[in-house]
Amino acid sequence: MTAIPLARQGRLRRLRKDFFGSTASTMMTLASVAVILALLRWVLNWAVLNATFSASATQAVCAERSGACWAVIAARWRVILFGIYPYEEQWRSALACAVVVVVIVLSCLPRFWSFGRLALTWGFGAAIFYILMRGGVLGLVRVNEQQWGGLPLTLFIFVATGVIGMPLAIVLALMRRSELPVVARVTGWIIDTIRSLPLLSILFTCAIVLPFMLPGFLVGEKLYRVVFGIALFFAAYQAEIIRGGFQGVPRGQEEAAKALGLPYWPRMARIVLPQAFRLALPATINQFVIAFMETSLVVVVGFVELLAAGNTAYHTGEWKFAYIEVYAFVAAIYFAFVFGLSRYGAYLEARMSAGQRKE
Amino acid sequence: MAAPPLWRSKSTRAFMFQSVFLAALVAAVLGATLTARSNLAAQGLTSGFAFLWKNTGWEMNFTLLKVAPTDPYWWFLLMGFCNTLFMGLISLAGASGIGLLVGLMRSGRNPAARLLGTIYIELFRNLPLILQLFFWYALANALPNPRQAIAFGGALISSRGIYLPGLNVSQGAVALTAAILLAGAGLAVWIAATRRPQGLDPVRRRRLVLIAPGIAILAGVLALAASHDPALPWLTLPATTGLKIEGGVRIQPEFYCLAFAITTYGGAYIGEIVRGGFKAVGRGQTEAARALGLSPWQVFSRVRMPLAFRAMLPILINQYVWLIKATTLGIAVGFSDFFMVIASSITHSGQTLEFIAILMGGFLAINFTLAAVLNRLNRAIALKGHQATGTT
Repeated sequence: MTAIPLARQGRLRRLRKDFFGSTASTMMTLASVAVILALLRWVLNWAVLNATFSASATQAVCAERSGACWAVIAARWRVILFGIYPYEEQWRSALACAVVVVVIVLSCLPRFWSFGRLALTWGFGAAIFYILMRGGVLGLVRVNEQQWGGLPLTLFIFVATGVIGMPLAIVLALMRRSELPVVARVTGWIIDTIRSLPLLSILFTCAIVLPFMLPGFLVGEKLYRVVFGIALFFAAYQAEIIRGGFQGVPRGQEEAAKALGLPYWPRMARIVLPQAFRLALPATINQFVIAFMETSLVVVVGFVELLAAGNTAYHTGEWKFAYIEVYAFVAAIYFAFVFGLSRYGAYLEARMSAGQRKE
Repeated sequence: MAAPPLWRSKSTRAFMFQSVFLAALVAAVLGATLTARSNLAAQGLTSGFAFLWKNTGWEMNFTLLKVAPTDPYWWFLLMGFCNTLFMGLISLAGASGIGLLVGLMRSGRNPAARLLGTIYIELFRNLPLILQLFFWYALANALPNPRQAIAFGGALISSRGIYLPGLNVSQGAVALTAAILLAGAGLAVWIAATRRPQGLDPVRRRRLVLIAPGIAILAGVLALAASHDPALPWLTLPATTGLKIEGGVRIQPEFYCLAFAITTYGGAYIGEIVRGGFKAVGRGQTEAARALGLSPWQVFSRVRMPLAFRAMLPILINQYVWLIKATTLGIAVGFSDFFMVIASSITHSGQTLEFIAILMGGFLAINFTLAAVLNRLNRAIALKGHQATGTT
């Protein structure tokens, strides 16, 4: 008989207690394991074991097997990713997406956490993206905004939301805590009103109603109006997050800066805002995650971003049956971005609270 | 020594700045309104709310009460508003249930249950709600057509909707019953949450809390029974006749897909809030309760749950408001909620400004009411004075 080492014995006992500590716990374990295994089995069967991987398969071929028909992705992936962008120019779309991904990754590195560097990275990235997508310069063919679609459009809306929304949020947050009562009160009303409206109604207003309300020279492209609407909505939420950060900054900091004779703007930019932003960082990333998911709402006002492009990809007679495959593909792309960002947020939160515990 | 010149004085500058700010704001709003009015007048539309009493001439695809194209706009708006509230009520209740379950699984000790909860939350929380909604809607539309409907119990499931056995009573009576039940539940919550009438001893108060919904249920059943047509049987079962299904109660795909999508998505978010709430309950509190010899169920229901609820309520309020706003996604699949009725009204009547104002008013009213009620509840259960916060 071989003796189990004492440490392992303890671990075993703990595991047994966790999994089978009581009747209720045992039942919960069995039920959970059964559900997880059933899910795994179904996904594995559908996506791999019973799936048809041949790129040239048609509905008739796929129907012989019960699993997924991945041929739809092989046939339609360019529609899903790039929408109705001109076929020969789609390399520009791909490159533009890569630029955005690089910008997002760069701004996640603590090295880039200064106003100057972040503004430069995002501004520069947005400019390259815009030149690549729109063309008309440097020998690139001009592509109208109406032809943008798929993943680049999703990323464009996301980046533009950040680039416009973030400065707007800072301005709104500063105005809300202004010493001038009228400014503070009115800004508070505006923020609260925007926050209590659904984003869809703002999109709808920007896309369809705003042209009536603006003088002709201000109307502009529908895409820009809608992006401005999303940015405004983002800014209203983000302003409240920054305000939460302001409240966490000790009063003494601002008073000390005042006592040193620092005027308003340096005081804000160098003392208060950096500390407020640090405190608000986890919530800010969470807000960016939500903003990324909410870009998909522009489907409703008629833009062919990633989700809508997925819809058009299977809305042809030939692929009508393969909607699950298309949605799984689109979902995987969204999931990669959203899950990545939110994991990063959780990592940052852990890192920051670890720093606080040491103090 | 002369006083500083007027433009250097701080209060004058503050006054001037604020006046300019206000003037710019008023000018922007006024300018937009005037431009809109002149643009609309060019299309031959008059502003004002007289159109509310005109016929709409189109139809709503989901209503709680009868709606016909000959009904006026205000009735459509009211019914759309009710749809939004109805959808909100159902999905908030569902999302809270799922959230509680998943949150408990995630904060328990059992690793298998924790893993299942984590899979659920990561899957549903990291995909856009509208993507999930489209997916469920595509699934619902891929169900067999009415002729090959799946029979399940007394129900028939088809791509046209789920047909459930129903009572042979009038639609108005059902609405009345629902209103009575809601009033009863509201009264019970009010009696339980406020300290009024004052000086009521706890036992009688508890009895009162039970009596209020009891009376409501009784009144509801009576209202239903009164509207029953004696010539018809009590129960109506769905049956396939030709290409259609007749009888029973039809639940449309638009409705149940939206409700399901918001429920599952909201459940994932609420699950995280619930987990956070339980995490905030101090270890000492639980250990003290156990040391007092309370049973595991008592520890949970008398100590951990109330403390966790207190910690999570403020965040929960924001989440509820968010979920109510998410019902506007109905327009993506064609569920006629308040927003969709407004959008169709604008395209049909062209009374843009008025409808936008109604839309804003409607959502402000919903949000402020919900926030006010929940904040009242929050104040009622929040810690009074300076007590230990419970975190160790």
